[in-house]
Amino acid sequence: MSIIQTSETSAPRKSALPKAAGKVVTSFVVILTTLLGLMMITFTVGRMVPADPVIAVIGDQADQATYDRVYKEMGLDRPIYVQFAGYLSDVVHLDFGQSIITKQPVSKDLARVFPATIELATLATIIGAGLGIPLGVIAAVRKGTWVDHVARVVGLLGYSTPIFWLGTIVILVFYAYLGAIPPGGRIYLYDEGIVQARTNFILIDSALGGHWDVFRSALHHIIAPAVILGYASMAYLSRMTRSFMLEQMRQEYILTARAKGLGQRPIVWRHAFRNIRVQLLTVIALAYCGLLDGTVLIETVFAWPGLGSYLTSALFFADMNAVLGSVLLIGIISIAINLLSDIVYRFIDPRTR
Amino acid sequence: MAKSGTFSNLHDWLISEEFTSARQARLHSIYLAWLSLLANPLAFAGFAVVFLLVVVAALAPVIAFHDPFTQDFAIALQAPSSVHWFGTDEFGRDVFSRLIYGARTTLYITILVTVIVAPIGFVIGATAGYLGGWVDVVLMRITDIFLSFPSLVLALAFSAALGPGIENAVIAIALTVWPPIARLARAETLTFRHADFVIAAELQGAGTGRILLRHIVPLCAPSIIVRLTLNMSSIILTAAGLGFLGLGAQPPMAEWGAMAASGRQYLLDAWWLTTVPGIAILTVSLAFNLLGDGLRDIMDPRNG
Repeated sequence: MSIIQTSETSAPRKSALPKAAGKVVTSFVVILTTLLGLMMITFTVGRMVPADPVIAVIGDQADQATYDRVYKEMGLDRPIYVQFAGYLSDVVHLDFGQSIITKQPVSKDLARVFPATIELATLATIIGAGLGIPLGVIAAVRKGTWVDHVARVVGLLGYSTPIFWLGTIVILVFYAYLGAIPPGGRIYLYDEGIVQARTNFILIDSALGGHWDVFRSALHHIIAPAVILGYASMAYLSRMTRSFMLEQMRQEYILTARAKGLGQRPIVWRHAFRNIRVQLLTVIALAYCGLLDGTVLIETVFAWPGLGSYLTSALFFADMNAVLGSVLLIGIISIAINLLSDIVYRFIDPRTR
Repeated sequence: MAKSGTFSNLHDWLISEEFTSARQARLHSIYLAWLSLLANPLAFAGFAVVFLLVVVAALAPVIAFHDPFTQDFAIALQAPSSVHWFGTDEFGRDVFSRLIYGARTTLYITILVTVIVAPIGFVIGATAGYLGGWVDVVLMRITDIFLSFPSLVLALAFSAALGPGIENAVIAIALTVWPPIARLARAETLTFRHADFVIAAELQGAGTGRILLRHIVPLCAPSIIVRLTLNMSSIILTAAGLGFLGLGAQPPMAEWGAMAASGRQYLLDAWWLTTVPGIAILTVSLAFNLLGDGLRDIMDPRNG
């Protein structure tokens, strides 16, 4: 799980405006360099592939003249920084090349598979936050009791479980033995093509169209992978919530609230929890980025037609354009999510203004 | 009686704070850490499992009473029995023996990645923190770029480019693990950067390398060791994930992630093929987490 520093020391009030402008400029530069670095990495990875990119295009039957021509056309004779500039302009124009498997532009493939992953990751985050945050709060309030120990074990197990294995076991138990869930996919085959695609989030589309049977079918399919991913993020969120809450409960204003006779519940939720909301937001953003990791494996296990399945099948066929496109997209999403949480952080927390 | 007598003398010698030598002082602090590890049952359980893993990996040929590579289709997919404790796989290989040899693969990857990552992360982080200025900015930008990728995805991209194989998996994982170490080393270095003993060393004319090595390393070591121990758990999970996708150790080598993956085809007929290696991954990964957690409590009581 990647951790990016977001908290900064509070700026003095007087020179607020120019400082804020400076901060905006700085963070803009930071994002640009990060994006540039991201593309440098994917570009380098693309160059590291032992396979000859020219052969990949023309096949190994072509003669030397064709080879030389294509070599020139692909710009491989030009210096490396020119090639990188070419790559940059391709990426900016959303041109990630063509996929070998689907014979389609990678950008088009990504647009098709991406909503499925976002749908899964979002539901998983809702489950993870919905369970993890209350668990963390309770564990902190009842520090040292059995509740705390249970929360700790649940958290550590979530950190330590290989997610692809858990998915397989869930399929074994809940599909093979109990018949409670489908073995994979996004909806049943016979529900295919009924719903009009508006957002490409099947749960939302089917609800909007009033196709409740399709909605149920989709829910039936998403529940197992979402719960498994949600468990992983619950583990992380509950541990972070616990340590944030412990820090608050040590503060003197809690003692003051106790002294004036406030009950436990308002102290915990109205005082302590209020103060960790902003921190939690950052952590939820990080958990969401971590889930993008988990989706790659869990989508493969549950045959979920999203970015992860696309990436792994591309890996299998050494379809590097598709691999690099997916990796770049995941990197960009991570940056975007972190940026978003940073902005919201500054917006909500007056100390960082 | 005599034996317990010397033991209690040793204990007294270790526990006493009237040191007669630097060695005694050092042993004293190690002994105290050991005692607090014993006092924390969960951390000790983690330590015991890790210790067991090392022993099993070292003695694999002795413990495994079947050859992990011999194929015998006559006994393929047999359920667990007294002969084959964890059954046999689709090639008739003994799953228990492959599990034992898989411990070697896991340990190999974990140790190699840690040995590569610790010095690199430390040098980058400590240099950035100590020198400051534009060196700091550049190094930390690079670190953040690597941090912005989810680690498995980055490792996937690198191993896809390098080609499948255990060495390439090690390189790919190492490339994703060093940034948090560098960040931690930088943060720790910053807290000592302007300490008097560092200034004193500078005034005596010590070079950057010497100050980092002699003065900063020893102080950063505890928190970095804790971090590395916790990291081992995620290294194991990433390695297993790569193995599961066919990018890690290649057959016929025994690797837990790959074993669980190949067992998926026979999930309904032979549940043990997937279940057993998965439990092994879970146990070892949990053990490193427990141990790391315990070490953190010992070395840094603030997080308790």
